[in-house]
Amino acid sequence: MLIKNGSFDKKWLMDKRKIRDLICTKLMLIITIIVSILFFLIFLILLSKSSLILGSESITDLLFSSNWNPSNGNFGYFPVIVGTIIVTGLSLIIAIPISLLSAIFIAEYAPRKIRKILRPFLDVLAGVPSVVFGLCAFLFLVPLVRDFIAPFFGIESTGLCLFTASITLAVMVFPIIISLCVEAFSSIPLELKEASLSVGATKWETVKKVIFRATAPSIISAILLGFGRAFGETIAVNMVVGGIPKVPSSLFAPTETLPSLIASKYGELMSIPKSESALMFGALVLFIVVLIFNLLGLILLRNAKKRWKL
Amino acid sequence: MSKKLIGEIETQNLNICYGKHCIIKNVNIKIPARQLTAIIGPSGCGKTTLLKSFNRLLEIRDDVKISGKILVDGNNILRSGLNVSDIRKKMGLLSQKPYPLPMSIYENVAYGIRIHNHIDSKKLENAVNNCLQEAGIWNEIRDRLHDPASGLSLGQQQRLCLARAIAVQPEVLLCDEPTSALDPISAQQIEKLLLKLKKEYTVVLVTHTLRQAKRVADYVIFLYFGEVIEHGPADKVFNNPKHPRTKAYMQGEIS
Repeated sequence: MLIKNGSFDKKWLMDKRKIRDLICTKLMLIITIIVSILFFLIFLILLSKSSLILGSESITDLLFSSNWNPSNGNFGYFPVIVGTIIVTGLSLIIAIPISLLSAIFIAEYAPRKIRKILRPFLDVLAGVPSVVFGLCAFLFLVPLVRDFIAPFFGIESTGLCLFTASITLAVMVFPIIISLCVEAFSSIPLELKEASLSVGATKWETVKKVIFRATAPSIISAILLGFGRAFGETIAVNMVVGGIPKVPSSLFAPTETLPSLIASKYGELMSIPKSESALMFGALVLFIVVLIFNLLGLILLRNAKKRWKL
Repeated sequence: MSKKLIGEIETQNLNICYGKHCIIKNVNIKIPARQLTAIIGPSGCGKTTLLKSFNRLLEIRDDVKISGKILVDGNNILRSGLNVSDIRKKMGLLSQKPYPLPMSIYENVAYGIRIHNHIDSKKLENAVNNCLQEAGIWNEIRDRLHDPASGLSLGQQQRLCLARAIAVQPEVLLCDEPTSALDPISAQQIEKLLLKLKKEYTVVLVTHTLRQAKRVADYVIFLYFGEVIEHGPADKVFNNPKHPRTKAYMQGEIS
């Protein structure tokens, strides 16, 4: 009887554990499904909200017309799209080489003490709210560009311009790319570096030909994350970019980016259905571009991994 | 310079410490040129540390202190102001696990050659092919020279690493338990290659298997907790060890 009871208890306990396991498994599944549905939901909301403008204007007009005049019902996104591309592109062109070099320095050249101090410092920097970067840029970079940098090139500028916005974004992107790259560089086995050094390669040759290659997928991911931050950045850009939806005529001319435009114009335009819909279309473009870039990045990543079987 | 002198390593009062922890204590040895020298001893006794001091690879860690002298062909390689790449070029390294560079098979071997010589692609191709042949891997990979090296089996990778090491025409081959990660057949291939290569290079082999040392070594150094207990020609050390600790190790009492 006792033995029977004992075995019964054990069986019941087993069942309890199994049920717990089942519940947790299902719970995680449901949560994951909800999160994925959110993605499609956002896409659908953007699509349905922009259907009004898509019904009355052609996509090519919206994307390629330079006529931005909401009060007359003209929503040409071309200047803003160009502005976004240039601001983001320029910021990445500045940020990528600088970030890679400083990441290499931190991971490979810096003494261990300095590395220990620098790494948490960078992580904090990566988490600083963007409005802080925007404020600093507004207070220091804008006057600097207005009074010194732009006049140096013989151009008159308010300081609120493409150049200032790009620099601000680059500074915001540094810590992300650096932090991720340092992590990637430090995860390389010591023996791989030794293999290169032992045939008489210098440290720089090893970095250039072995470390960069071995970490290519991680570098690509880091740059993609940096791109995401720069491309979608709203408030810091909004504070320094000038806010004029025009294709910039020079580095020091004001322009506008998509996220900044949406943020600054939404309050003003939400009461008119067509204008609101036009802004929603802008958001949809933003969403799709980020999606495309991430997919491209994934393909790039897979190719890099496949190429060297990393 | 007489031919005999090429690839001779001598240490004088060599001490190596990581922080306050000393791994190598007052080591004085002479490694004969163009022979296979085995460094044996229990694990953790500093065999690898000693080996990697010979091509100054230890210095990439920043807490290492080295004192004493390491003479390669009579020149102290620890002297400051020397070009470390040149020293390392002289001392090929074969590590415990093969680490092919993230490149094709061909590029792995060409890598070192390109760094030191500017030769045209035809000559480079010849040099690479020769090295691959010398490392006994040519027949297996001749059709897929431009595939990623990481696709090879471990044994093949290790032979590729050997080809990469000899591509820069070193004088010495430093081998750090090069067969410990390999299957018996691949291990045997590496051993055979080392026996063949000792005619052209000084081979220093760190090994923790006594049997391997007995099979291949001409000269033996027995290291025990950072100190050299006994060193000499292989048959003397193996058949007639003088020190009781060497005896104990030979009989498997300490490992």
